[in-house]
Amino acid sequence: MTISTATPADGPLLQVDDLHVRFPISGGGLLGAGRRMLHAVNGVSFALAKGECLSIVGESGCGKSTTALAILGLQEPTDGTIRYRGRMLSGPGAPGRMQRAKAVQMVFQDPYASLNPRQSVRASLAAPLRLHGITAASEISDRIEAMLADVGLTPEQAVRYPHEFSGGQRQRIGIARALILEPEIVVLDEPVSALDVSIRAQIINLLLDLQEKRGLSYVMISHDLSVVEHMSDRVCVMFFGQIVEEGGWRQIFETPAHPYTRRLIAAIPDPEVAMGRRAGAERFAGVPSPRGRDFVSDGRVAPDVFVPPAPSELVEIAPEHRVRLALSARSADVP
Amino acid sequence: MTQPLLDVDGLKVDALFGRYAHPIIRDVSFRIMPGEAYGLVGESGSGKSVTSLGVMGLLKKPLRAAGGEIRFKGRNLLTLPKREMRRLRGNRIAMIFQEPMTALNPLSTVGRQIAEMFVLHQDKSWAEARELAVKALESVRVPNPDRRARNYPHQMSGGMRQRVMIAMALACNPDLLIADEPTTALDVTVQAEVLRLIKDLCAERGTAVLFISHDLGVIASICQRVGVMYAGCLVEENETRALFSNPRHEYTRGLLGALPRLGSRSLHGRQRLVDIDSIIADRSALTETRFIAPRDGQEERP
Repeated sequence: MTISTATPADGPLLQVDDLHVRFPISGGGLLGAGRRMLHAVNGVSFALAKGECLSIVGESGCGKSTTALAILGLQEPTDGTIRYRGRMLSGPGAPGRMQRAKAVQMVFQDPYASLNPRQSVRASLAAPLRLHGITAASEISDRIEAMLADVGLTPEQAVRYPHEFSGGQRQRIGIARALILEPEIVVLDEPVSALDVSIRAQIINLLLDLQEKRGLSYVMISHDLSVVEHMSDRVCVMFFGQIVEEGGWRQIFETPAHPYTRRLIAAIPDPEVAMGRRAGAERFAGVPSPRGRDFVSDGRVAPDVFVPPAPSELVEIAPEHRVRLALSARSADVP
Repeated sequence: MTQPLLDVDGLKVDALFGRYAHPIIRDVSFRIMPGEAYGLVGESGSGKSVTSLGVMGLLKKPLRAAGGEIRFKGRNLLTLPKREMRRLRGNRIAMIFQEPMTALNPLSTVGRQIAEMFVLHQDKSWAEARELAVKALESVRVPNPDRRARNYPHQMSGGMRQRVMIAMALACNPDLLIADEPTTALDVTVQAEVLRLIKDLCAERGTAVLFISHDLGVIASICQRVGVMYAGCLVEENETRALFSNPRHEYTRGLLGALPRLGSRSLHGRQRLVDIDSIIADRSALTETRFIAPRDGQEERP
């Protein structure tokens, strides 16, 4: 692979540092008056280890998809860095699209919208291979055949077009398309939320099998917390452009510290809770704010996206478990 | 014994393509008691939405009712004249849909759209109706109902629009509310609020609910009784608690095992999700077996 350089084996595969994305929004005023900046992502940092599934959860508008686009290079960050094996993926000196495509790929929410309806499955899988210099017809068909077998499709299905497949099969094609260049990182953007319950199970099982078999690293964007709990190794909870809590899946789901995380978990309709077999949201009550400091927001009031968020910091409350707290110095400023 | 509010008895619905009639609903029967919340769960294409359209009298070509009866307070809705049905619809039976934006008129304020319900069904004057509309918005916990009544649908968030739909549906105190995936398009925290709202309001007013969803968790949090639909058949029906703790039909068991459940990973470790297609070999045999549990204290009568 072209991008890979000598990196210490234990370093993270992907390192995102202090990522900011701002969009200029023109107001109604004349002469550029009222031109404001929308703060979509405000200082997001995380590291992805090899073979790990990191989930970014949050509600619509929290910046999780913008973060994913920045990793893919489809959105230029306003500030901050994204490194892949120690090499910059953004800013000057960033690799081109071709090189990046071999490192990071994406599986989309709606496979029908992301596949070309006029291309057969074979054509759609062969194009990236040809672009990356694999021209021998026999090698192309071998790789396509192997790829289709991996995602649970038959070689005969390669000559068909996307509309001839069911929703679950289309998502399999979407996954094959993402994996055909053998990337190390796959960004999954709500990979199962458009699918029916029974198909959802098949795709989740497939994604976990492929991860194990190929040693893939996933960045999963999702709002479905039960799927997140099932699949992730680590979880970042985002609220209006910031990570408010970060930790291992067990820490996030068993001892969530931030009120927003607790609210998200409590909001999932849970049959066990509904039937009184398990305590509901009350099970998190009474856990005091760590270190007696304030949370910046409890996630009830939507902050103004045109104003940069108040200063705050991620504080480690347990090994690898961090939560966002207001700067302790702030209360001292007030006379 | 109390009479059921809605009694769907042997309903059959076909899709007519030329001379060929394709069965969509094959012999579905269930009852909803006054004030009861009944859930229909199933995957896309199982026929749950078509059943609800049948109850609303909204079956359009190529769909047609091919047999059975839908009795609402003893009257068969399938043979009711259109005029009568129109009087019932919106007034005694109301419906909320998945996507409120397509159900609301974009060219009219939400206040006017709610007021219309009172003018049409309760012979109120527009001035009176407008005041009632503001009250209706207040009852669904819309902040600043006075100001919000003058908003157009596009000025509201998804959760607010769904609240408007609920206000419209409950405006005339219907006996039955049909909710077809009302929270699927919403964010989780908003979904929790809207579910709470439907549950509270219907309990308060004694409105019965026919709740349609593919999400077993949502159904469990709102319904007392659940029917599982598969390929146009009601394959299992039971009290919610009994259905979850003791699913008897193969398909219900598959459906329960196909969902990752919150907390199960920390209890049992990561378990492979059940692939329904792999456990179901013969689909036609599946729709023939049915497990319908009788209601408490009510033996099935001929």
